[in-house]
Amino acid sequence: MTWFLDHVSDVLSLTGKHVYLAGVPLVLGLLIAIPIGWLARRYKVLYPPLIMGTGLLYTIPSLALFILMPLFIGTRILDPVNVVVAMTIYTVALLVRTVADGLGAVPEAVTQSATAMGFKRVRRLFMVELPLAVPVISAGMRVAAVSNVSIVSVAAIIGVPQLGSLFTDGFRRDFTDPIVVGILACVLLAITFDLVIIAITRLLTPWQQVRRATR
Amino acid sequence: MNDVLSWLTASAHWTGEDGIPQRLLEHLYYSGVALLIAAVIAIPLGLFVGHTGRGRFVVVNAAGAARAVPSLGLLFVSVLVLGPRLTGDTAFVVPCEIVLVVLAIPPILAGAYAGVEEVDPAVRDAAKGMGMRGPEVLARVEIPCALPLIFSGLRSGALQVVATATIAATVGLGGLGRFLIDGLAVRDYSQMAAGAVLVAVLALVVDLGFALIQRYAVSPGLTGRIGTRLGAERNEALDPSVTSADTRESGRA
Amino acid sequence: MNRTRTPLAMAIGAALFLLAACGGDGADPLATDSSRAAGTDDSIVVGSADFTESALIAEIYAGALEAKGVKVKKTLNIGSREAYIPALQDGSIDLIPEYTGVLMQYFDESATATDSDGVYEALKAALPDGLTVLDKSAAEDKDSVTVTQETADKYSLTSIADLKDVAGDLTLGGPPEWKTRPTGVPGLKKLYGVEFGSFRALDAGGPLTVQALKNGQVDAADLFTTDPNIPADDFVVLEDPENLFAAQNVVPLIASSKVTDTVSQTLNAVSAALDTETLTGLLAEVVNDKLDEADVAAEFLTQHDLG
Repeated sequence: MTWFLDHVSDVLSLTGKHVYLAGVPLVLGLLIAIPIGWLARRYKVLYPPLIMGTGLLYTIPSLALFILMPLFIGTRILDPVNVVVAMTIYTVALLVRTVADGLGAVPEAVTQSATAMGFKRVRRLFMVELPLAVPVISAGMRVAAVSNVSIVSVAAIIGVPQLGSLFTDGFRRDFTDPIVVGILACVLLAITFDLVIIAITRLLTPWQQVRRATR
Repeated sequence: MNDVLSWLTASAHWTGEDGIPQRLLEHLYYSGVALLIAAVIAIPLGLFVGHTGRGRFVVVNAAGAARAVPSLGLLFVSVLVLGPRLTGDTAFVVPCEIVLVVLAIPPILAGAYAGVEEVDPAVRDAAKGMGMRGPEVLARVEIPCALPLIFSGLRSGALQVVATATIAATVGLGGLGRFLIDGLAVRDYSQMAAGAVLVAVLALVVDLGFALIQRYAVSPGLTGRIGTRLGAERNEALDPSVTSADTRESGRA
Repeated sequence: MNRTRTPLAMAIGAALFLLAACGGDGADPLATDSSRAAGTDDSIVVGSADFTESALIAEIYAGALEAKGVKVKKTLNIGSREAYIPALQDGSIDLIPEYTGVLMQYFDESATATDSDGVYEALKAALPDGLTVLDKSAAEDKDSVTVTQETADKYSLTSIADLKDVAGDLTLGGPPEWKTRPTGVPGLKKLYGVEFGSFRALDAGGPLTVQALKNGQVDAADLFTTDPNIPADDFVVLEDPENLFAAQNVVPLIASSKVTDTVSQTLNAVSAALDTETLTGLLAEVVNDKLDEADVAAEFLTQHDLG
């Protein structure tokens, strides 16, 4: 792996860009998916169309979405924002169902006691329902994170620099070293995202640790 | 959007080796082969892990890591390594199928072992109480009960494969990805958008197809198609012949 | 307990988010937009097409400009001409290496010049407002119709015209844009009456095309004349007596607003130092020896006292 040792700074720089292109949409996607998922749960009639609609969004090939984005949002052709917006759409598509199901998994008894204690709807959402939905949502976030890291690499075909550029560069030169390094970097990055999400989930759900301790 | 519609309805695009039907068939071929191979590998493995509980840690984590492998990178490295060793189209088809199979295995595997694990222990006990041994329990009880989750895994895998089979076009093969790549090369946005629409529609159709198969393959006792327990009891109390009609209907499945 | 944990978790999440956002160094869209609108910064964005030679020449341009104190940003491997010309016109990139013949035909399909100087003059006349070309180089790299030695022997092929009677049974491979470009499939039909049985979209003279030609997936392929794979695999470049692939001198295509004395002098010096043989040698170092385009470019510039 002498190639890697000679190109550490390049790989790290590309990894940084990849983190930006995959990570920012994760957060934005979650923020957008929460109200939509809440709507789907609150008004039962909206659940099927919202879930089907977002499921359909996920089937749009990533390359097409990256290319057509400037037509929808008026950015310039090579702008990385195209990738960020497209990835956010995919993240929302994955998370809406997760959020809806997560909120739905909160036991009826808990929401009723919260209301009995005087929580109004919004406060109840943020202080009771969402925290309890965290385990389910975090499982969805982990899937979304891994999926995002993989899809972003496709953007190399349109010249957006990130770890995927190692694939196209290596392929063009009939050179497997950069490609292998790129694959390993992507897998490591996905694992890192996964661990970070698990850690944040643990911090947000202390009651699950207590339960484990008392068993 | 008008451009997309006019591109899709232009008759020239429906004929010849570049036409939509040809590309659709190629796409289905690449996806179908991959899904079949993945199912043959993942379902037995998942059933084994779920039934015996052995190797769960290794299998679950390996599947998780496999999800993280970027398809484009795997495709390129496979083409570079295998391409010179194969002749003709197989030099590109085989790497493509490898990538799609690797993509499809994790969801199908997860569906299979989760399906078997989620079977109600009471049901398993009942089966053992009836005198069934291990493999018989698996075949006659656990698999039928696990079918909904197995199908869920298959559908998820199918969706991913159909959406990602567009990647075949980056290495000169056919499939609906051809419209994306060719449109990209000349910045023909209508062609690209039309290609995207076709892939989405195909994914939807495939998903509906699986849903249909699932409806008839999964025992109605699981899906509750006979009606709720309350409803069935009420029907039976009112008119015994209603239950026999229900049983006849469920017998169809 | 939740009261301290949740804000802590949120703080960690926010910190990570900011870290990730900063990781997109220079990718912040707002910054790019405002600097473009202001138009005051004298940095040049160098782009390249999606094949190795284009990236190599782009690196040479970038290195030469940087050595003369010009601020350079690189955006390589954008795509085909249809992809990067709009990028040039909307300001996403400022400079890109080009080839006189195909560029002339891109802007003026009716142009008929085929010799080096004629093509250069016609190109200058055909360029839209806002774009300029600097001096052309002696280095040339053309498309071609290339076949394996076996195929050439089988059908006794020496020039493209020889394909006229046999092409109907053969498959042509080339970049996807060749299907519609005047120098591609339509041009072969118009100038030589050659119509292949089918066309296989591959890549721009890259490993896919070489591979497909080698293992018989296609019978003839579009390889670039400086490709080191041609001599390495005993491929035969068919002659082009009708000059379908006219003169293709390497030339810098640049946004007129970015042309300064420094820039034009530097790039003209580079063009003067490049010739076909040198270019082929440099390309072989990248493709065969697996050296980085940037390193090979730097070596070239040092050798010619340009970097």
